[in-house]
Amino acid sequence: MNSIVMKQDASTAIRELLAYLLSSSRVDAVLTMRQVPETGSCDLGLITDPSGMVEAEPFLPVMTANAGQALSSISMSGKRIAAVLKPCELRGFTERVKREQGSFDNLLTISSICGGVFPLEKVISGDLEKLVPRYIEKTARAEAPRGLRETCKACEEFVPMNADISVSVTEHGSLMHLHSDRAEEYTEGFEGERIEARADQSHIDRMMKSRSAAKGKLFQSLEKSSGLDGLVDLFGKCVGCHGCSRVCPICYCQHCDFESINFDYNQPYFQESLEARGALRLPPDTILFQLGRLTHMSFSCVGCGMCSDVCPVSIPVAGIFKKTGERTAGLFDYVPGRDSEEPIPVMVFKEEELGDIG
Amino acid sequence: MPDFHPRIIGFLCNWCTYAAADLAGSSKLELPPEFTVIRVMCSSRIDHNLILSTFYRGADGILVAGCHPGDCHYGEGNYYARRRFALLKKVMETLDLEPERLELRWVSAAEGNRYAEVVNEFTDRIRKLGPSPIRTSTRL
Ligand code: SF4
Ligand code: SF4
Ligand code: FES
Repeated sequence: MNSIVMKQDASTAIRELLAYLLSSSRVDAVLTMRQVPETGSCDLGLITDPSGMVEAEPFLPVMTANAGQALSSISMSGKRIAAVLKPCELRGFTERVKREQGSFDNLLTISSICGGVFPLEKVISGDLEKLVPRYIEKTARAEAPRGLRETCKACEEFVPMNADISVSVTEHGSLMHLHSDRAEEYTEGFEGERIEARADQSHIDRMMKSRSAAKGKLFQSLEKSSGLDGLVDLFGKCVGCHGCSRVCPICYCQHCDFESINFDYNQPYFQESLEARGALRLPPDTILFQLGRLTHMSFSCVGCGMCSDVCPVSIPVAGIFKKTGERTAGLFDYVPGRDSEEPIPVMVFKEEELGDIG
Repeated sequence: MPDFHPRIIGFLCNWCTYAAADLAGSSKLELPPEFTVIRVMCSSRIDHNLILSTFYRGADGILVAGCHPGDCHYGEGNYYARRRFALLKKVMETLDLEPERLELRWVSAAEGNRYAEVVNEFTDRIRKLGPSPIRTSTRL
């Protein structure tokens, strides 16, 4: 596959590419992580003025918002956008496109073989600065950096599935792989040696090994949280903020059923429940909320870890969704975000399937 | 559990299983008193939140029943219902939440006997399982 050799480090090279795309008017805007050099504070930014590119940190291992979710509405503005997305953000975006919540039409997607991201607490504590150099070294050697999000450690989908451009970084250097006609077209005139190359498979294999082992451990650690008692223990401290669903790239419903009148508790409800049970947790239906979401969207969960990261009481929401999601998606050999043409499982059916039901 | 009288909800499709229930009734087949029928216009009307809420509001078992595949009054409703059912079952299975308390069956309007069999069998199953912990928990 046609690839561009990156002489500098990957961040610098992509920053230059993004600046080139803006200044040559190939795109109207760029979506990337940014960092203020003096203070270290970071965010996800949409940039239109090339001078704003100095703050771009395209591969900063932090996710303040799932960029796939953020891109959703702006991708339909008709503006041409180059977006730097982590593989799970791209998959999250793809899942949204399938739900008519986004469009690839005016988009150039840039992703990379992903080493994972740090939980937001590392940004808050100011540890990020110290962690990043070591992170870059370790990922280039296909080793697992310490302190990542739990679902990142356990993520086996770290190779971008359908990006226009993907970046691979190893000890032997960095490459920009051009996967689509759009990628060829947009990079035309951008300086850099063109070679025929693919991402280093042995590097990927080594990463996969540690990821798979971590996934096994993660799923096993969740065993104790099953059964009604296990779930009650786990979600007992839930404050009911619904933050986990707000930050989720898949949960796009403007009017979530759980925030509708269907789940608006009133006096007769309390009276009836108390008569039947003798006691009640307040606010009620925390587990029902998660079970409902699990059934509604877990097959599309991309394991980005946003939900766990924002949970104020450290409930491992993402682990549960990832684990359950693999099973629900598995029913239909579905891989979330693999292909924007692959319909979501609840929108289609086969006559000859699930014959044991009924 | 001889004294246990479960509460079982049957969501029955108007066009087939509900008519089968009528037929079973007028044929004087024996049907369990614990089984409460709720008529819906199609098996695809049942979404997972309706089922989950019904468990929360006191059901020990839930049976969804509709037209045989290919015979849905609206063409394809029961195929979608079957996928959704499989998803909810899988979630219950993964989290160890007694998936056997939920069942889906196809029963046509002419199958009064099958209706009685399905309902009696399911009711027996729930009687053996005992009260649903979701119904009795004080921590939900
Ligand atoms: S459920 Fe959690 S891990 Fe899965 S896509 Fe949503 S936010 Fe990401
Ligand atoms: S983010 Fe945590 S506390 Fe808030 S609703 Fe979700 S699980 Fe509960
Ligand atoms: S009309 Fe009976 S299942 Fe759809």
